[in-house]
Amino acid sequence: MNIFDVIGPVMVGPSSSHTAGAVRIGYVARQLLGEEVREAKILLYGSFLATGKGHGTDKALTAGLLGMQTDDYRIPKSIEIAEDKGMKIAFGEAVLKEAHPNTAQLYLKGISGKTMELVGQSLGGGRINIAEIDGIETNFSGENPTLIVHNLDQPGHVSEVTSMLAHKGVNIATMQLYRSSKGGKAVMVVECDQEVPQEGIRWLERVEGVLKVTYLGKSEEK
Amino acid sequence: MIEYHSIQNILDLCKEQDKKIWEVVLQADMDESGASGEQVFEKMRFMYRAMQEADQSYEANLKSQSGMVGGDGEKMRQYNATGKNLCSEYSSLAMEKALKMGESNACMKRIVAAPTAGSCGVIPAVLLSYEENKNAEEDELVKALFVASGIGKVVAENASIAGAFGGCQAEIGTASAMAAGALAYLQGADNEQIMQAATFALKNMLGLACDPVGGLVEVPCVKRNVAGVVNAISSAQLALAGITSVITPDDTIDSMRRIGNDLPSCLKETSKGGLAVTESAKRIMEQFKSH
Repeated sequence: MNIFDVIGPVMVGPSSSHTAGAVRIGYVARQLLGEEVREAKILLYGSFLATGKGHGTDKALTAGLLGMQTDDYRIPKSIEIAEDKGMKIAFGEAVLKEAHPNTAQLYLKGISGKTMELVGQSLGGGRINIAEIDGIETNFSGENPTLIVHNLDQPGHVSEVTSMLAHKGVNIATMQLYRSSKGGKAVMVVECDQEVPQEGIRWLERVEGVLKVTYLGKSEEK
Repeated sequence: MIEYHSIQNILDLCKEQDKKIWEVVLQADMDESGASGEQVFEKMRFMYRAMQEADQSYEANLKSQSGMVGGDGEKMRQYNATGKNLCSEYSSLAMEKALKMGESNACMKRIVAAPTAGSCGVIPAVLLSYEENKNAEEDELVKALFVASGIGKVVAENASIAGAFGGCQAEIGTASAMAAGALAYLQGADNEQIMQAATFALKNMLGLACDPVGGLVEVPCVKRNVAGVVNAISSAQLALAGITSVITPDDTIDSMRRIGNDLPSCLKETSKGGLAVTESAKRIMEQFKSH
């Protein structure tokens, strides 16, 4: 927990968890998708579902998906802005077991047809946790540069990623490994202290056994 | 490299390094972020000025979408101007500012979450009024914000600052504790007294339900910011008088977490209990929907 999560963010009201946190979930999802969103299915759970409408959670998530930050004056009008841009949005109820009370499940399709499924939780005070990407459990805040590598579960991929980062002078803050099954698909979530250079990411994308590389750069939020 | 995860940690670091609370909080953030002391200090000054801006941009004629909230800050200003106010000039001004900020937030204006948007009125009210009424230097107020943020960080890590997780004690309660500590600092309290002030404020808010009408951050949130302010002021005064809490600061935060877990979900921002299900609430929500 950082002190500027306690005093801050500077944000458009009325709720840090239901408005600002929701903007950030949408924003991080948009960054992770890596391109403009063409279609979004937004499912809400718990308190997000029960009171989201009154807090503008729907507008906030949409604003984030459009690339807006928490202090953007356009947040109250985001749904109209999305419509003008031809972005399709549908809202619904998420069916989840024992999830965090402020959870949003997003199904996104980008302009190139790229898809992504993401589960985000708003922890309060504008802080968030990304709990799931493409069906695999994760646990990161989106506050640090984050590298997400989908690969086949075989020896050597962790060392390829960490060697690349070492070579580029990037220090690892946290690292998590997940897999669907032994020898199946695996995911690495690496939170870094520095930005990961584009050429490092492009190099990783070409490594045999690496299926997908997603990168979330540091956002300039207040 | 220093870090802290409890109130006792902060006090121990202050003692070991012969520092004030704001210095320890600043140093820990420099160590964590790699930024210089000046950069971190200026970032906090930016937050203080954003609070000032939000306070100044209050519009007395603005109403929230539901129509439940708006104009009360102006009413309080007018009453205070009559000179009949029960509280001191400082406390009366702080009450007025808390209402204004809470109302601005409900009307989707830009504010600073401190620690949350629903509780965004408490800390600015206490600090901005102090600057205006007691002619304090801006640097001192920024330092007071560091004191507040250190207290808030510990509460966030060991209990919660989200109403959906801990009820209103997590929002107005935390804000009030942070404000009490900041205010005690401004009044010249020592490190121990500052933490005592925060503890009194938090203890008084334990168990507070989060039961907003219609799920909106309006009722009872806006007026509860005033309660948070008055509670912070009285708590700071208790500590300044040398009164101490029987329960330690960290034990208080610990019980706050436990109470938050024990609170039923109908009292944690779901609007399925408390004030939200009263006849008055239902009536106003029906009017709101029929518009």
